[in-house]
Amino acid sequence: MVLNNIEKLLEKYENGETSLKEEQLLKNYFAQETVPPHLEMYKSMFAYFKVSQEEQFTKHVPLKTKKVYNYKWISVAAVAVLMVGFYFKSLTKSDSDLGTYQDPQEAYNEVAKSLAMISGHFNKGVSSVGYLNEYEKGYETLNYLNELENSTRIIFKTNQ
Amino acid sequence: MTQTEFLNIVMPFKDKVYRLAKRLLVSTEEAEDATQEVLLKLWNNKKKIEGYKNVEAFSMTMTKNFCFDKLKSKQAQNLKIVHSNYEDGNTSLQKQVEANDSVNWVSKIIEELPEQQKLIVQLRDIEEYDLDEIAEMLEMNNTAVRVALSRARKTIREKLTNTHNYGIK
Repeated sequence: MVLNNIEKLLEKYENGETSLKEEQLLKNYFAQETVPPHLEMYKSMFAYFKVSQEEQFTKHVPLKTKKVYNYKWISVAAVAVLMVGFYFKSLTKSDSDLGTYQDPQEAYNEVAKSLAMISGHFNKGVSSVGYLNEYEKGYETLNYLNELENSTRIIFKTNQ
Repeated sequence: MTQTEFLNIVMPFKDKVYRLAKRLLVSTEEAEDATQEVLLKLWNNKKKIEGYKNVEAFSMTMTKNFCFDKLKSKQAQNLKIVHSNYEDGNTSLQKQVEANDSVNWVSKIIEELPEQQKLIVQLRDIEEYDLDEIAEMLEMNNTAVRVALSRARKTIREKLTNTHNYGIK
């Protein structure tokens, strides 16, 4: 390429008016071995641009596919599980039939037996509470303290 | 959206995101972290991706903002490691070697540019975006981008000429 032309391009280049194509021309021109001495400095500049164009990013980037839990749906599921649980529980309860007596005499005997058992246990409980009566006795013996108080009151009154 | 669909969208420009992050944050590790962060953000918002008309431009804007945030938080922490704050009168061997390696010089010169110009040089000269696209990514207007680009290019050329003329800065 004519040197004159290159110099013109360089001037335009410095004013920032060159197009990308013209800059490519310059880059190619200065890539050659022999360059006029007064343009020597441009050579290293364009060489640098070429070199730094080739630098690459080699580090691995861990791209994690993040799992987003939707808590709204988890709560819905929990409510569903609870409801199913209650449903089955009420089902099993209605199944629990203990049976009935057909014969009235037999039923009466059973009731009497269980009532006797209840009263037996109840009496046992009452007898174990019986010693509370002792407290009442003690309390009565303490009553004479009141008499003492009455007499002291009388004494103080006479002193006044 | 599945992982493969997402990767198909992201793959073409993930390197550009990385390079942009590296241009701003300088350190390779920081740039890798930033890229990872940006990609993960995209992945987490993958439902919204379909709504964007230009995912690439959107991601570049996102990267820019993310890196600026990082830089800001670093400044707030006041944990700057300034590694070139001493002057050496003699030119060390390393500096001479560096002077020969003028490609490295370019990277240093770009590093010294203001952040906006850095971004624009990266997007235009390295990633070869259209001016309109850059304007969209940086939320600027077209002319402002052109002016900044011109300034950046002139600065780079001037500094490079200096290093070439004197050999050593």
